[in-house]
Amino acid sequence: MEHKPDPLETLTDIRSMMERSSRFISLSGLSGVFAGIFALLGAAAVAIRYRLSFTMEEYYTRATLSSGIPDAEFFIYLFTVAILVLVASVSVAIFLTTQRARKHNLPIWDRTAQRVVWNMFIPLSAGGIFCLVLLDHGIFTLVAPATLLFYGLALLNTSKYTYPDLRYLALSEISLGLLASFVVGYGLFIWAIGFGVLHIFYGARMYQKYER
Amino acid sequence: MNWVGELNKAFESRIRLGIMSVLRVNDWMEFTELKEILQVTDGNLASHLSALEKLDFIQVRKQFIGKKPNTSYAVTTSGQQAFDQHLDALEQLIKTRE
Repeated sequence: MEHKPDPLETLTDIRSMMERSSRFISLSGLSGVFAGIFALLGAAAVAIRYRLSFTMEEYYTRATLSSGIPDAEFFIYLFTVAILVLVASVSVAIFLTTQRARKHNLPIWDRTAQRVVWNMFIPLSAGGIFCLVLLDHGIFTLVAPATLLFYGLALLNTSKYTYPDLRYLALSEISLGLLASFVVGYGLFIWAIGFGVLHIFYGARMYQKYER
Repeated sequence: MNWVGELNKAFESRIRLGIMSVLRVNDWMEFTELKEILQVTDGNLASHLSALEKLDFIQVRKQFIGKKPNTSYAVTTSGQQAFDQHLDALEQLIKTRE
């Protein structure tokens, strides 16, 4: 009989090949930390410019002028900051993830990466459109909770195709979104928690677990 | 029970185990994708794939995307059963050794 490999080693091998081929494992936890920092900076930029305190309901009252119509200038500023935060976060995530894939000699744009992007994209676009509908109906109070809810669902969907740890972040975002839809008016504050604090917390945990 | 006897000879090669592991968790995989994940040469991969095909453990689908031929592979039901049995045997071997 030829050389017999150790059964335990073989099983570990099999497991790692199954994981490598079905899960996207180059995602860097640090990108979560950076996304969180950008989100906090963005929230601070809005709060400082409009002299809002995070814990007050001023966010909602600020969104409408005293005459009751939406304050366009406030929304444009808010939207610009949000886009900047998004672009910065996604760029850093792509950069760090590419670096990590190179380091481990893994393909960057393979089917696991495509699956991650698709599974994020579908719930997120549905959420984005839904938020525009809310704005169109003038239901401003539910926009912030809706963004967190849909983001959480998108993460939950994606967690099957990358690190399962993403589930905990997903469940936290969903819970926060639901809570925020009961206690409305704290939009900026819950955004800072959901996109800032939670990202930093879970990103750091994933970094410690997989990249150290 | 002799668990060593339950181990499938067809899966003794590391590459064949790799092919089966990858196909077990993915539907249809292209030749180039398999090559990238397993990091083996074309000839080596091709010979192991045809061996597994002869055993009826995997099925082959040949298509043309434009003018480029494109070959994909998937595991068959009997291949799935054989592979799962092999895994069980490996597990039992570890348990009896402890």
